[in-house]
Amino acid sequence: MFHSHGTRRSNAAARSSASGGLEGGGVGSPAASSASEGSSFLPSASTFWLLLHGLCCLISLFLGFRFSRLIFVLLFSNTIYTYTTTTTTTITSTRTETLTVSFPLTHTPPIETAVKPNNSALELSDKMSNQGSSHSQVVVGRHGIRIRPWPHPDPTEVMRAHRIIERVQQEQRKWYGVKSPRPLIVITPTYARTFQALHLTGLIHCLRNVPYPVTWIVVEAGGVTNETASLLARSRVQFLHIPFHEKMPVEWAERHLTENRMRLLGLRVIRERNMDGIVLFADDSNVHSLDLFDEIQKVQWMGSVSVGILAHSGGPDRTLLTEDEKLNPPIPVQGPACNSSGHLIGWHTFNSIPYSEKSATFVGESATVLPGKMEWSGFVFNARMIWKEAEDGRPEWVKDLDKIGENGEEIESPLALVNDASFVEPLGDCGKKVMLWWMRVEARADSKFPPGWIIDPPLEIVVPAKRTPWQESDDLAGSKLEQDDRRFTRPKSRSSSKRKNALPGQDN
Amino acid sequence: MGVKSWILPLLLLQILFGKFGIAELEQHTERISGSAGDVLEDDPVGRLKVFVYELPLKYNKKIVGRDPRCLNHMFAAEIFMHRFLLTSAVRTLNPEEADWFYTPVYTTCDLTPNGLPLPFKSPRVMRSAIQFISTNWPYWNRTEGADHFFLVPHDFGACFHYQEEKAIQRGILPLLKKATLVQTFGQENHVCLKEGSIIIPPYAPPQKMQAHMITPDTPRSIFVYFRGLFYDVGNDPEGGYYARGARASLWENFKNNPLFDISTEHPTTYYEDMQRAVFCLCPLGWAPWSPRLVEGVVFGCIPVIIADDIVLPFADAIPWEEIGVFVAEKDVPNLDTILTNIPIDVILRKQRLLANPSMKQAMLFPQPAQPGDAFHQILNGLARKLPHDKSIYLKPGERTLNWTAGPKGDLKPW
Repeated sequence: MFHSHGTRRSNAAARSSASGGLEGGGVGSPAASSASEGSSFLPSASTFWLLLHGLCCLISLFLGFRFSRLIFVLLFSNTIYTYTTTTTTTITSTRTETLTVSFPLTHTPPIETAVKPNNSALELSDKMSNQGSSHSQVVVGRHGIRIRPWPHPDPTEVMRAHRIIERVQQEQRKWYGVKSPRPLIVITPTYARTFQALHLTGLIHCLRNVPYPVTWIVVEAGGVTNETASLLARSRVQFLHIPFHEKMPVEWAERHLTENRMRLLGLRVIRERNMDGIVLFADDSNVHSLDLFDEIQKVQWMGSVSVGILAHSGGPDRTLLTEDEKLNPPIPVQGPACNSSGHLIGWHTFNSIPYSEKSATFVGESATVLPGKMEWSGFVFNARMIWKEAEDGRPEWVKDLDKIGENGEEIESPLALVNDASFVEPLGDCGKKVMLWWMRVEARADSKFPPGWIIDPPLEIVVPAKRTPWQESDDLAGSKLEQDDRRFTRPKSRSSSKRKNALPGQDN
Repeated sequence: MGVKSWILPLLLLQILFGKFGIAELEQHTERISGSAGDVLEDDPVGRLKVFVYELPLKYNKKIVGRDPRCLNHMFAAEIFMHRFLLTSAVRTLNPEEADWFYTPVYTTCDLTPNGLPLPFKSPRVMRSAIQFISTNWPYWNRTEGADHFFLVPHDFGACFHYQEEKAIQRGILPLLKKATLVQTFGQENHVCLKEGSIIIPPYAPPQKMQAHMITPDTPRSIFVYFRGLFYDVGNDPEGGYYARGARASLWENFKNNPLFDISTEHPTTYYEDMQRAVFCLCPLGWAPWSPRLVEGVVFGCIPVIIADDIVLPFADAIPWEEIGVFVAEKDVPNLDTILTNIPIDVILRKQRLLANPSMKQAMLFPQPAQPGDAFHQILNGLARKLPHDKSIYLKPGERTLNWTAGPKGDLKPW
């Protein structure tokens, strides 16, 4: 700290001497300035020189060798130098000044670097003084540290940089990514319930980020509702909203079957309209990774990916692992299994035996929800596989879609669509990479939620929770609490009285 | 006549098909042609002959044996060039037919405990080597070294000092006045760069870089990337000397800018991060050249070169202005404006040029040597200087080199 103070003082002294030298007519010399000063004062020359000596000692104490070098060059050089002073500001805003001195180079004439004005912050435009040389030269020695007055990012530039990055990434995808990307057709069965907004919002945002054209077929049980329609309208994804005549049943087993029928309806829509692309089954409560969409572009006719099964009940996991299970913990994945040469030899399924007694039967029950044997979401196929006319040579191992479900039989998994399951292509590094997860989280079937998730009319009655972490207050704090409550309700509302007892019918 | 009548349509067909082939290549990469032409893929074999002097082992093998760290630092090109030439097809054992003479002396292998080379003995080592070859073979005295080349990859080349002021004071070793110097240092109008020198990239370990490659479809999400010192606290605590204040200016202006991923850390994912960046800064340090240029080219990150008047490697074969971005040191505070104002087509073209495999090969010193690598570019550069002008051959009795020039300490035998 002291040192920097000293530097400032001594630098200021050096600066004044240097600038005095400039005024003196080009040849900087402290002797000249001091001589002019000396003539205006009356003390004797000896005391004056003593004072000067002391001053020089003080300066060299702090500047050190630089001062002596400066004096040496000033007195003994025979070429004219202009001294430039530069100031730099650091974030702590201590002013440090540095001298830029050009040294005599052995073979080349000295050239000054840019002359910077003596301000607290450096100007952006420097005046290059190229005196006496035809080509620009770089000078050895101390240079100033250039800092612009506002060293912070400019928002337009940041946006431009982001656009550059986006374009670069697009180009990268063009060279190294999928060569001719095919559009995706995503089939999702859904129905209006409390958790629908949660699930569909996640799926919408995922589909929005998919870098390929997406057509989303949303099949809704119980007909088209405003809930679903409003969510889809805001989704900015191209969608088809198809009604399904049955209502979604409350039992899980029935629900799985109904969902299968809804998916078949989606497939029939594709068939009718001859839509082209890759068909993917995205259940609304599943979670997908964006790698999945890049990976399924590789499918020829029918492919299968590994699905991570997140079977979890609402409560703590009470299943105790047996010794055997502790050594080889069960992998909660459904998907293709390959041999060492990468050919499909079988299927991994989810071991549901530990959960068999405690599985949930009703939607919203706090027990583990079990998946089916092979989830639909783990299969993708080429839309041409289900077209009526076998245009591109639909393989013989594919059944005709019309013949499926004719007799009212239930379709458990997409493997029912094919005659020979060995033609299914394993994707995702032969099923080793899990890129989507199956999860079923639902509230009770009779749970209520504000329609459209808009709270209207505004809350009028504030009911305290039964067990708050803070102490139930007496009047002083109570009135303050009332004030807070008043702030949170809309101004139109009437009283925000605190009721100690919950009113029936208002309790949610 | 009948034969000729269908030659023309055949030619046309070939041109058509040939164009389609080139068009596919051009989509992804672009051909590189510098001021010397399309020379990166030239084969030097058959265009020149190099004679390698057999020096006593104290000049090369024993030096490396004493400190094998020399094989991994950025000055290792001198060692690997020797090894390459010993087994190369351009080597000739008959000095009478040689166009160029190579002296294998390792002057940059005297390392401190930290691994930095000390140049204090290097002038004496070089002098001693030249004395050896001039007394044992007649070819040095024939031309006073004008058809000899030396590798001097240290900071300031043959000035043999790491501090710029001292290097300028010493100048290039007087004995090397006529020889061709192959060095990493290049700055216009500088004492330590003489005319006719070949600038090479610093050595970067090819296997290490290869081991850290990631898939090219990993999206580039970092805008500007730099890892290194901004202030050299040991040698220049106040700043202003180191890098002529340019690195300090970078830090002060852009440390708060989220587009600039700059810091002094040494991450283990340095190479991987470079492959995820669009621009990689290559500012000068104590010397203007830096291995970051090589790393940027190999990893496809556009190099932003901040070093006034720098001469880049193989400048006549590689059009650096089309590949990298040059920023004057005085413009460093505006670096973000400069970089974001580059048109996107220019950026994409630079990336296409960088993706050209011959560009990456030209910057590397792989062992064993591969066609198009830096060894071959050095030989191409030497071949382009042929044929030698007749005036280099001195008349008998003519002497221009002053063997006693230079500081007294250099004259001591080694």
